[in-house]
Amino acid sequence: MRRAWLGAAVVAALVAAGCGEPEQVVVYKQGKYQGKPDTRAWDNAPLAAEQRGGKWTKGDRASWEEQIKNRQLAQHEHKRIYQ
Amino acid sequence: MARMKFLCDAERCIECNGCVTACKNENEVPWGVNRRRVVTINDGVIGAEKSISVACMHCSDAPCMAVCPVDCFYRTDDGVVLHDKDLCIGCGYCFYACPFGAPQFPQAGAFGLRGKMDKCTFCNGGPEADKSEAEFKKYGRNRLAEGKLPACAEMCSTKALLGGDGDVIADIYRERVLRRGKGSEVWGWGTAYGPGKPGAQPPAPGGKS
Repeated sequence: MRRAWLGAAVVAALVAAGCGEPEQVVVYKQGKYQGKPDTRAWDNAPLAAEQRGGKWTKGDRASWEEQIKNRQLAQHEHKRIYQ
Repeated sequence: MARMKFLCDAERCIECNGCVTACKNENEVPWGVNRRRVVTINDGVIGAEKSISVACMHCSDAPCMAVCPVDCFYRTDDGVVLHDKDLCIGCGYCFYACPFGAPQFPQAGAFGLRGKMDKCTFCNGGPEADKSEAEFKKYGRNRLAEGKLPACAEMCSTKALLGGDGDVIADIYRERVLRRGKGSEVWGWGTAYGPGKPGAQPPAPGGKS
């Protein structure tokens, strides 16, 4: 009789364990980005010289923007041709 | 502070689709998804044919961002509109909201599989570690983190497609328009999209251009 009770208790525990599923749904907050944070471009180290990614100081936004601006101005063929 | 934008000069675009190819190659975009495409109006009409390269315009007040029910969009410090694919539920609201048709959904499969949204990232990856394999697989190359501009703009043979800070590329375009010998009256819509019909005149000075 005691074994039967023990067996029933084990079965009940296993059945109850099926109800213990953890929450898998993201809780959304209206109107605010909910995803992972992104890193910023200037927090990366510049590429090696042969890969022609330009130069800037890692973590310095101003120097990265200066590098990107030079890259943008390279699209201006009038400046390249007439000056 | 930079505000990254694209600008396409319809006077220069020759519909070579180099930008489309560059984007596909650089980001290894799957079959059926086109982050960038070239739209041509008055196709075949001599003197009236105009082409323009279109992708996500990284709007300052992005409608996709406004309608997303799970708020998976964000804007970087440089004004690039990106999204987190881990949150996207593929509902397609952003596709209906976007005036440029930028959001793309994988359409492989017999039953019109939709999947997670994919769009132009201004070659700025997404919310994974910069230049990591995970970022490349989900979002493509992160050229801004390499100090480079989007591949489409840098590959454009006629430099019709300009990419970068809105102020800088607008200055380039403005100088280009002035050098063409046309006055400021054709600055804007008229210059970008042309008169439309053969023999038609550009807008009158002072009129809406």
